[in-house]
Amino acid sequence: MTDSTYTEPPTASACPACDAAPMARRIAASGAQDGAVGPGRLMLSLPGIHCAACITTVERALDDHPGVRSARVNLSLKRATVEADPEVTAQALVAAVAGVGYEAHELESAVLSATATDRQGRDLLMRLAVAGFAAMNVMLLSVAVWSGAADATRDLFHWISALIAIPAVAFSGQPFFRNAWAALRHGRLNMDVPITLAILLALGTSLYETAHSGEHAYFDAAISLTFFLLAGRYLDHRTRAIARSAAEELAALEVPRAERLSDNGEETVNVADLVPGDLIRVRPGGRMPVDGQIVEGTSEIDRSLLTGETVPVFAEQGQAVSAGEVNLTGPLTVRVTAAGRDSSLHRMADLVAMAESSRNRYTSLADRAAGLYAPGVHILSFVAAVGWYLYTGDVRLAINIAAAVLIITCPCALGLAVPAVTTAASGRLFRRGMLIKDGTALERLAEVDTVVFDKTGTLTLGAPILEEDDTWSDEDLRLAAAMAEGSSHPLSRALSEAAQVRGHAVDRVESLTEVPGYGTQGTWRGHRVRLGRADWVGAEAGERTASWLSIEGMPPIRFTFTDRLRPGAVEAVQGLKETGLSVALVSGDAQTAVETFARRLGIDDVTAEALPEDKARRIEALRGAGRRVLMVGDGLNDTAALAAAHVSISPASALDAARVASDIVLLGEDIAPLASAVTTARSAVTRIKQNFTIATLYNVIAVPIAIAGFATPLAAALAMSASSITVSLNSLRLR
Amino acid sequence: MEVLAFLIPISLFLGGLGLVAFFWTVRSDQYDDPEGDSHRILSDEYDEHPKTPRKR
Repeated sequence: MTDSTYTEPPTASACPACDAAPMARRIAASGAQDGAVGPGRLMLSLPGIHCAACITTVERALDDHPGVRSARVNLSLKRATVEADPEVTAQALVAAVAGVGYEAHELESAVLSATATDRQGRDLLMRLAVAGFAAMNVMLLSVAVWSGAADATRDLFHWISALIAIPAVAFSGQPFFRNAWAALRHGRLNMDVPITLAILLALGTSLYETAHSGEHAYFDAAISLTFFLLAGRYLDHRTRAIARSAAEELAALEVPRAERLSDNGEETVNVADLVPGDLIRVRPGGRMPVDGQIVEGTSEIDRSLLTGETVPVFAEQGQAVSAGEVNLTGPLTVRVTAAGRDSSLHRMADLVAMAESSRNRYTSLADRAAGLYAPGVHILSFVAAVGWYLYTGDVRLAINIAAAVLIITCPCALGLAVPAVTTAASGRLFRRGMLIKDGTALERLAEVDTVVFDKTGTLTLGAPILEEDDTWSDEDLRLAAAMAEGSSHPLSRALSEAAQVRGHAVDRVESLTEVPGYGTQGTWRGHRVRLGRADWVGAEAGERTASWLSIEGMPPIRFTFTDRLRPGAVEAVQGLKETGLSVALVSGDAQTAVETFARRLGIDDVTAEALPEDKARRIEALRGAGRRVLMVGDGLNDTAALAAAHVSISPASALDAARVASDIVLLGEDIAPLASAVTTARSAVTRIKQNFTIATLYNVIAVPIAIAGFATPLAAALAMSASSITVSLNSLRLR
Repeated sequence: MEVLAFLIPISLFLGGLGLVAFFWTVRSDQYDDPEGDSHRILSDEYDEHPKTPRKR
């Protein structure tokens, strides 16, 4: 690796004090931004790495970069962590990795810091290991007791079991104890209360029995209960952690930087550091980081992410722009009018937060089961204890029976039933490119009966494609493609592509220039030729997305464009309809564009020219009619609707705010997995309910035995293991 | 049965050794990148200390 990609930060050595000020500001900014990660740590996303050679090549390239102290590639996360001196920039490292042939993107390390070390997962894993170790040893001793060890040997084995089980439970059971205590303190009951009670009661009575050379001790039951339940907790945690880390990576890929113009030239700053009055430069293809007003330059602006309109808007000096819009053709200088909290992006986020709170009221199947289960178990064991006390007058026997009832009914299977299924289902959907962000999203997805789609950017790619039309001939296209050459405007690119697909050689156009905001202009066979906006070439503007070609002295020629269909859109809509869902389209785009589009996909229920509030209101109306709505959208105009819907999905290309508001993110470009996701969610919920049935069935058989006083530790161990294993196996059957 | 006096402590000690080893692997981040580690074993470079002066 050479140093050619590395650019020294500009320093003027003549006046050290002058340099100190911006430098200090930069250091302060980077310190604030890195937060917990510590200064000098940079993260890169490496989507293309897959092999041993990739790791070595990338690490060597990074290590050889001046200022880098160490670099480590993580292949599982497809990420590199670099420890470097403060002056090393991520852009330089990205260039260094690109130099050896790998795609790299900067990751905002502050966003990732939360999952950099998965402390909670590690904690659970340790507790699981201790519980597993103790359970195996105690079980070994218990087998000896069950097979007939008696008298002194049995007592010795019970004592050793106690010695292993009590400290192990004290350490491993802490998550349950804490949750149970938190619930009790607020006067509620959750699943952890009976668990804790069962574990503690089992240990207590067993210890008492052991001290009095009793025959039955439940140390093995207490510890294996802890082990099975921790396994469920850990599975649950892993699923969430994987989803969270993938979601954070998506957010971290969007590094909020802006080019600020100051007295000593341009500097790259964090968007958070911008204040109203600052001047920033937005290059063609760049997204507006803040709300502002154009002070210099002309261009066209794509507002589809905000409004759903596909026709680019002309932008010139004095015009207001808002965060999230994309600058298409010319560089713009923008004066910041609102940044951060006050920007329109943030106001939308507040709307989302309001709608979000209504969704949090959803109670998951597991919670509903726990709500029935926890009081039931307590009443049952209490009744058993009181009954046996009244019948025999023996407190010791009564408490023993109460403990047995609690152990046998204890929700090993219930604790595993939900996490095992959601882990299997989320893993399956993740492999198909869908990221489940929310724990209850699968259950909510299974209940959906109506799907509302946004158009632009969701069912389409937001990239135009040339429409076949009789208004232009092949010669016109050839010339238009020549005019479009060298322009990065989406319409120009669509023209070039159309010519390429037809195999046309493009004409030669002389003195081709791009007029930002208007189009391109050149000379062809001695005539002045223009390609661009209708009003610029002297044509009447229509409501379709169009580009006009005008040759001097001839009437202008119209090229119309339609939005490119997202791959899998037809399959997704068809699949959803076949599953029995009703499909609707709500778009902010013009009526005719939306209607022709809907006809192509076979959607009858169409609403066009919808404002963000209209979309949210539409969802509310459907909800009021008793429908459960799945909203699929990507834009800022969809966020309120996404948050208001029963469950929501957004593509990975969506704005950050939209992704945050949705429960599921589509990672790939293909939207076809959507239909199968609903099917998977439904079968997952069926499995969960089956598992509940299995668990209940076991209890129906085992509880009378326990209440009758016939439950031995062996019977308890068998019932517990058998139900846990059946439930886990049943979860794996998920298709 | 006297042999139990040796066997039980020995079995507990050996099991405990395994547990301690597992603790150590978790604490030293050895499960952070299982996929990468399975590939790294094929690499000729000794990379326990990532940035040591390397022959170029």
